[in-house]
Amino acid sequence: MALNVSRIRADFPILKRKIDGKPLVYLDSAATSQKPESVIKAIERYYSEYNANVHRSVHRLSEEATIAFEQSREKFAHFIGVKTAREIVFVRNTTEALNLVAFSWARANLRPGDRILLTEMEHHSNIVPWQMLAKEKGVKLDFVRINDDGLLDLESFRELIKKRPKVLSLAHVSNALGTINPVKQMAQEAHSAGATVVVDAAQSVPHMPVDVADLECDFMAVSGHKMLAPTGIGMLYGRYDLLEHMEPFMGGGEMIKEVHLRDASWNDPPWKFEAGTPNIEGVIGLGAAVDYLSNLGMRNVRQHEKGLTKYALGKMEDVKGLVVYGTRDVEKRGAAIAFNLGDIHAHDLATILDTQGIAIRSGHQCAQPLMERLKVAATSRASFYIYNTRREVDILIRALETARKMFRV
Amino acid sequence: MSTDIYKEAILDHFRHPRNYGDLPDANARAREANVLCGDVIEMQLKLSGDRIDDLRFRGQGCAVSIASTSMLTELVKGKEVSEIKKLGKKDIIRLLRSDPGPTRIECALLGLKVLKMAVHAHLGIKMPEEPEAT
Repeated sequence: MALNVSRIRADFPILKRKIDGKPLVYLDSAATSQKPESVIKAIERYYSEYNANVHRSVHRLSEEATIAFEQSREKFAHFIGVKTAREIVFVRNTTEALNLVAFSWARANLRPGDRILLTEMEHHSNIVPWQMLAKEKGVKLDFVRINDDGLLDLESFRELIKKRPKVLSLAHVSNALGTINPVKQMAQEAHSAGATVVVDAAQSVPHMPVDVADLECDFMAVSGHKMLAPTGIGMLYGRYDLLEHMEPFMGGGEMIKEVHLRDASWNDPPWKFEAGTPNIEGVIGLGAAVDYLSNLGMRNVRQHEKGLTKYALGKMEDVKGLVVYGTRDVEKRGAAIAFNLGDIHAHDLATILDTQGIAIRSGHQCAQPLMERLKVAATSRASFYIYNTRREVDILIRALETARKMFRV
Repeated sequence: MSTDIYKEAILDHFRHPRNYGDLPDANARAREANVLCGDVIEMQLKLSGDRIDDLRFRGQGCAVSIASTSMLTELVKGKEVSEIKKLGKKDIIRLLRSDPGPTRIECALLGLKVLKMAVHAHLGIKMPEEPEAT
């Protein structure tokens, strides 16, 4: 079913915003999505009707807050095809989720000389925690190569999997190229080689149906703020038996069962990993966000974005001097399009587009190794979501033509 | 900001940067990147005493950073170190004849930062955290 985009747009107050008198054209949802009224209202309702700490006091407000908090956990678990909500740990963001896996799981389970397999297209958040671990534990990092179309080179993957890595950690969808990686197939092969599979799903869960059971991964990291929820709330899925045997990430309240002066015993997952008062408003906002996306249907969301991406790629082909990175095949890509226009630096381009009310990302996209691979210093990136329209793509194209003329590309 | 920044003079300095390249007899060097966009500027100076006799720069960056660095090199050739130390944001905005706004000003100031780094390194003194004049 096609999305009713004009009705969706009416749900997002910020889309009424003008930039220098021009309507906002928000093409930066891969950085963070805008928030619908229902999410904003859910947070407002929490603070004005049942604000209290969770899992602690027995009074009515705390009880209501705890119920709403745990309901969000269940909603999100269901949303990504996880049967037991206790496999969902609330963290701050995808970065924290990946750090948690590296710190609490990999640190205890990897020995010097073990290997970790990553890819050339990873976001810094899926490189740096592993580099830190490699330094500390003397483990080695390998990187699956990408081809010129921005797709993973599966031959390179199969070569590297022969080295029997203990971990395969990769993006489901690349934030910088939009590539959808064949995670399911790779997870199967990695498991056969004895690896634990970690998936950075920050750019997939907001945009397409994702089923953890189907993907067969062991850990999955997601950010709330890219899927209509507030910033500061992230989710880690972890297989229960793995979570059970992991040491906590941080010590404090909530994560304990019993504390004595000299020792303490840990709470059960997921609370073992949720030390201190959590981001309650974030979790409640996430619940409302999941409701909103579930109502639309993730198949429809993906369909809408695919159509828009195809339309945009077609129009971009006609802009002289425009180079698009990544595959043209919309079956293999999400709704983030990276490009450069002639020799105009991404920041200059973003500034010119900004004067037309258009918001895009520009820079190294938190993927400097990938930029080195592409031999560019920076790229511009336009990314689409449920509220974007073909008309907005047309506005983008017109602005690109303006920039091209200004810089005489 | 508006597209005012992309005036003819700036685009000209971006397309044809002045004092670009290497200085074989340089006696002071510095290199710095802008973390926001990954722009890199590298500068080579030839100082005799406290005077900048000559300088060259190389860089990879946006029009704002390349043009402002190019304009800066023209301004400071032959100047004394004490004068360099006094340069700040206002001077760069004056060179550009336009304020690039809060985010992009970082691009505009990169060249000045590198110049000061090179001068301070040459004199063997610590670079102050904040620009001495803004």
